[in-house]
Amino acid sequence: MATVYIDGNRHDADAKQNMLHVSLSLGYDLPFFCWHPAMGSIGACRQCAVKQFKDEKDTKGRLVMACLTPALEDTRISIADQEAQEFRAAIIEGLMLHHPHDCPVCDEGGECHLQDMTYLTGHAYRRYRFQKRTYRNQFLGPFVNHEMNRCIQCYRCVRFYRGYAGEHDLNSFSIHHTVYFGRHEDGILESEFSGNLAEVCPTGVFTDRTLGQHYTRKWDQTYAPSICHSCGVGCNISPGQRDGIVRRILNRYNHEVNGYFICDRGRFSYEYVNSPERIRAPLVRRGDEREVIEKDEAVKIFAEMLGSGEDVIGIGSPRASLEANFALRALVGADRFFSGFSTGEQRLIELMLSIMQTVHVPSLREVEACDAVLILGEDVTNVAARMALALRQSARREPQKKALAARVPLWDDLGVRQVTGDAIGPVFIAFPCATRLDDVAEATYRGRPDQIAQFGYAVAAAIHSGAPPANTDASAQALVKRIAEALRTAERPLVVSGATLRNEAIIGAAANIVYALEREGRSAGLAFTMPEANTCGLGLMRARALEEALESRVQYGTVVILENDLYRRATAAIVDEFLARAGNVVVLDQVNTRTAARANLVLPVASFAESAGTLVNFESRAQRFFPVLPPSDVQESWRWITDVATRRGEFGSWNSLDDVTAAVEQEMPIFRGITAAAPPSSYRIAGEKIPRQPHRYSGRTATLVNISIHEPPPPDDPDSPLAYSMEGYTYKAPASALPFLWAPGWNSARALLKFQEEINGPLRGGPVGIRLIRGDRRGAPEFFSGAPEPVNAPERRWLAVPIYHLFGSDELTHWAPAISSLAPQPYVAVNERAGFRDGAPVAFQSDGATQTAVIKIRSEIPDGVAAVPAGLRETETLRLPAWISIEAI
Amino acid sequence: MLSAEEKAELDRELQQYPARQSACIDAMKIVQRHRRWLSDEALRDIGEYLGMSVADLDGVATFYNLLFRKPVGRHVVMICDSVTCWIMGYEKLRDTLMNRLGVSLGETTSDDRFTVLPIVCLGNCDKAPTLMVDRDTYGNVSPETVEEILARYK
Repeated sequence: MATVYIDGNRHDADAKQNMLHVSLSLGYDLPFFCWHPAMGSIGACRQCAVKQFKDEKDTKGRLVMACLTPALEDTRISIADQEAQEFRAAIIEGLMLHHPHDCPVCDEGGECHLQDMTYLTGHAYRRYRFQKRTYRNQFLGPFVNHEMNRCIQCYRCVRFYRGYAGEHDLNSFSIHHTVYFGRHEDGILESEFSGNLAEVCPTGVFTDRTLGQHYTRKWDQTYAPSICHSCGVGCNISPGQRDGIVRRILNRYNHEVNGYFICDRGRFSYEYVNSPERIRAPLVRRGDEREVIEKDEAVKIFAEMLGSGEDVIGIGSPRASLEANFALRALVGADRFFSGFSTGEQRLIELMLSIMQTVHVPSLREVEACDAVLILGEDVTNVAARMALALRQSARREPQKKALAARVPLWDDLGVRQVTGDAIGPVFIAFPCATRLDDVAEATYRGRPDQIAQFGYAVAAAIHSGAPPANTDASAQALVKRIAEALRTAERPLVVSGATLRNEAIIGAAANIVYALEREGRSAGLAFTMPEANTCGLGLMRARALEEALESRVQYGTVVILENDLYRRATAAIVDEFLARAGNVVVLDQVNTRTAARANLVLPVASFAESAGTLVNFESRAQRFFPVLPPSDVQESWRWITDVATRRGEFGSWNSLDDVTAAVEQEMPIFRGITAAAPPSSYRIAGEKIPRQPHRYSGRTATLVNISIHEPPPPDDPDSPLAYSMEGYTYKAPASALPFLWAPGWNSARALLKFQEEINGPLRGGPVGIRLIRGDRRGAPEFFSGAPEPVNAPERRWLAVPIYHLFGSDELTHWAPAISSLAPQPYVAVNERAGFRDGAPVAFQSDGATQTAVIKIRSEIPDGVAAVPAGLRETETLRLPAWISIEAI
Repeated sequence: MLSAEEKAELDRELQQYPARQSACIDAMKIVQRHRRWLSDEALRDIGEYLGMSVADLDGVATFYNLLFRKPVGRHVVMICDSVTCWIMGYEKLRDTLMNRLGVSLGETTSDDRFTVLPIVCLGNCDKAPTLMVDRDTYGNVSPETVEEILARYK
């Protein structure tokens, strides 16, 4: 702590910070461009100039950049100083020389940091009378639009893209007034985090291309606090809609989870909500035809199909909310509720959950602070992309210690990078193929899943002699020792693993490494990726495994399938037989999946944008999401189930989400606390709900005037503390129910700094999510024993392992055009020693079914391994890993 | 692919640097000496050899005046348009040169002999106006002496 003076006011400040950070944290309005809270200072834009005084007697002072001035004891600055104000106005005038002033046609208009800062500095009249510099814009792919003329050369884009996200196809080019930010030629941006450029860029150079296709100003959109449904990380998002069309997704800051950034799958996933493939009305099968029916009739038919309920089973879903799964479980009974995980997945998830009780599971904020990492058998970028971005920051921790030792503060980005160069810390990755994090790995290990498990066991044994030994090949011994040493000597070691390779021993090995470190007196973190939005929540419900239902040969009367395409969970032959065996199949889903197409009754289910519920993320954080679209013919699964139960005279007291959430908490002790994840629907600020619409929302009284001149009342929302209205206050709203950010003078996403307790700190009005597993069974758990012996590959056979694709493997984003345009075609990847030509068409046998694909040669893949993409649209689901034969066709 | 000769020259430079990327300017100068200018393909070749993306190299290449990212003729005439040369008759010299060669700034003669480019200060202000042809600097250039200078370059 240091005492600093700003405009004569005395403040306590964090001495490890700079004066811009301190001033903004304290609520002063000081303009800036190049500084970013996650990326620190470089002093490039000169916009945050302030007057600094030597001591209280100094009246003359000198101009300094606040972002480069450490908040040392007795630092005295003035923001209001006349000369500093004039300097800042002159700087922005310079930055604006070539700016096109095209705000009316710019997608950033109304949420533009450049507009806000220009206004804040008071620069109002343009004096430059010459021709403006113009640039050619580039095609950068389906996500990001490029309009270089608006650029003010703050370098934030390349600092984020290269320095933070670690990708190298975007750069700054040329010199002085022709500096250009783009690719060396037109082409799709390679980073999985390119969409963040739209929020990082202070003006309209990089904008959301999908928003541009159905553009609406920030103030004209209706927002809701939501949780991304595209993987198990649980990033907080703010979808925006108008006229029933979801327009975009913005990052919603949660300092423990996603911070300032989300991945492109999350940001652009919303497009499926608007898809014509959505199911919008109940469908009933009559003969070979499917007929659209009314809601009441659908509920009646559903009730009839349930009959006495004795031969009814329910299948849950890891992509549906806790409430939806719980409602189905309550409807059919706990002993007739099956989880809906893929074949073989459930036991892995339950294993991971039981290990999580015995270790510390770090949040992503804690992951970023780790200084040694072993990723064991997981391709983090493609399964939990936001976690991969956090791991990229972990790789910088060890080199940063050198900077700290040289007394360079961490906010001094240029200074730190001067000391560290491109150095990376001890990050190690063991995976069969190259991963997108390999560039920050000190070393990688390639092997089959069983070899990776052995490798992990060997690391544990090398850390602590009590851990069970393993046979790892001699060539890997040196690496095992190196990793063990790095983890043992680190301040905050971390192990990351997951279920991608479908290997129990890998998960056990990851746990053993952490247990071994704890026995050595080190405090280590263990993070498991979770493939789907609510994998963790559904796993904690301890439902029966889907395989039991699929393979039971029982003649079920009615099978109720909740938001789940069984054809993605098991092989087609098994699912075909199962569905044929069932008397009635009721499917509740959002899109017309292959399973829905075979149902007798289909009920249209609300997407994340139309519904409320609770999800549990990879660290067991329960987080609530709220609808952004007003009620329509689609409704939440739990509401359909409640409707049918009410008709049957069951669970009579469920009227809103709060009732269901309370029932979950009451019935299943593991979920204790989830009601506190967000305020209840009865929450009010000064008697008002929290508005979903900014106070400048336009056209409210005009949009429906062609139908009636009487403005309809806003739709009722019994499930949330939010209103479909402009009335009310967001400024004091609880963090978990904050639909959008706006503060006077701060129209851009940077308004966030007015909602944080301090820069990079939690939002005011926490908490944001409730941790369900607290690692309270820690303390010397038993080691997992018995790493299985490595298997010998049969002649001319390959072990097919599933490879996930951020763009392509997620089910619902198959219906999101921008994302699906980047999905790969089916392939089988092997090394060149397999004897195939790159691009050669082949057929391979698995589970008795023949699949066709093309060969992709990837020389890093070990002998005897074939990588097969998982979850692509219109491909058959395979039971992997499996030994396959590959034939040229 | 870099030629054997280019590689050999680059390897000599690489010995002077701790990191391969540090040699990127030298690498581009070497390749330009062999190929006259730096095509996208040339940057890809260098990038492969140094472990850098094309964007990395292009960021550096477009920063420097003497690295050419567009085809140039056999000889490059760089005429200084900075303050001193401007005072001392740069405009007249430029017009003479352009008339004589029949090209504008940034263009190459049809026989591929000369490319004329503007350049900022060559550090030869005491002998303004000044120009540089390939690696040779000429001071006190007058419209009359241009012809003689050009004749030296075939």
